[in-house]
Amino acid sequence: MEKNKKAAQYQQRVKELAPKSKTAQMLIKAFLVGGLICCIGQAIRDFAQFTLKLPEKDVGTFTSIFLVFLGGLLTGLGVYDKIGKFAGAGSVVPITGFANSVVAPAMEHRSEGLVLGVCANLFKLAGPVLVYGVGSSIIVGLLYLWLG
Amino acid sequence: MGFTKYLIVFVVGGLLCVIGQLLISLTRLTSARILVVFVTAGVVLTGLGLYEPLVEFANAGATVPLTGFGYTLAKGAIEGAKQSGVVGAFTGGLSAASGGISAAMIFGYIFAVLFRPKTKK
Repeated sequence: MEKNKKAAQYQQRVKELAPKSKTAQMLIKAFLVGGLICCIGQAIRDFAQFTLKLPEKDVGTFTSIFLVFLGGLLTGLGVYDKIGKFAGAGSVVPITGFANSVVAPAMEHRSEGLVLGVCANLFKLAGPVLVYGVGSSIIVGLLYLWLG
Repeated sequence: MGFTKYLIVFVVGGLLCVIGQLLISLTRLTSARILVVFVTAGVVLTGLGLYEPLVEFANAGATVPLTGFGYTLAKGAIEGAKQSGVVGAFTGGLSAASGGISAAMIFGYIFAVLFRPKTKK
């Protein structure tokens, strides 16, 4: 009995001390920052569509290029790391996070030279993304062909 | 009209990031794996015809998250397959996504050479 009570007390104490609210907090931060980055993307889309009057099919590409540029630049300046610490997945999931995953390892291995340092590490993290993304897209294309 | 559009973008984009954060918090997936999961999920959902409606509804809220990258790849592969069969299924995905990938290469290289990593204090 006494033992059980102690165990329950211990569990209670663990619950109190565990950073439970941190998860909720991170979810909110991820939501806010991720949503904001998407709104910036939408603003770039609208700029491409209504101001530059790019054709429909180029609007998305223009937006991707612009966001990759921004994500890369902010990573270089060391700002994206700070956003990442604050926002967690809010900074990882948008395409700027993809740009970050390209620039960060390349920058880190700069001292190993331009070819095996920078270039080889550009796709250290983004490479798997491309392998899975492109690979699965080929399967989807083939399935579409064979299944109609 | 403008405000509502941006509100939808904000909420949908934010929710996709919340899913990513839940994966990180609950399963301790690394961010590299999150990226892989999101791209693959985008490809699969597009293949099933489920992602296109979300893109029409939420615009950048659906295309800016990495699932949107998967959407671009899968949509390109399907278009390619329509136009030129098996070869198109292979070339379509990368063709459609080539802008972003090429940008990642050139900007990645330039910024990695220009900037030094900030020393951790």
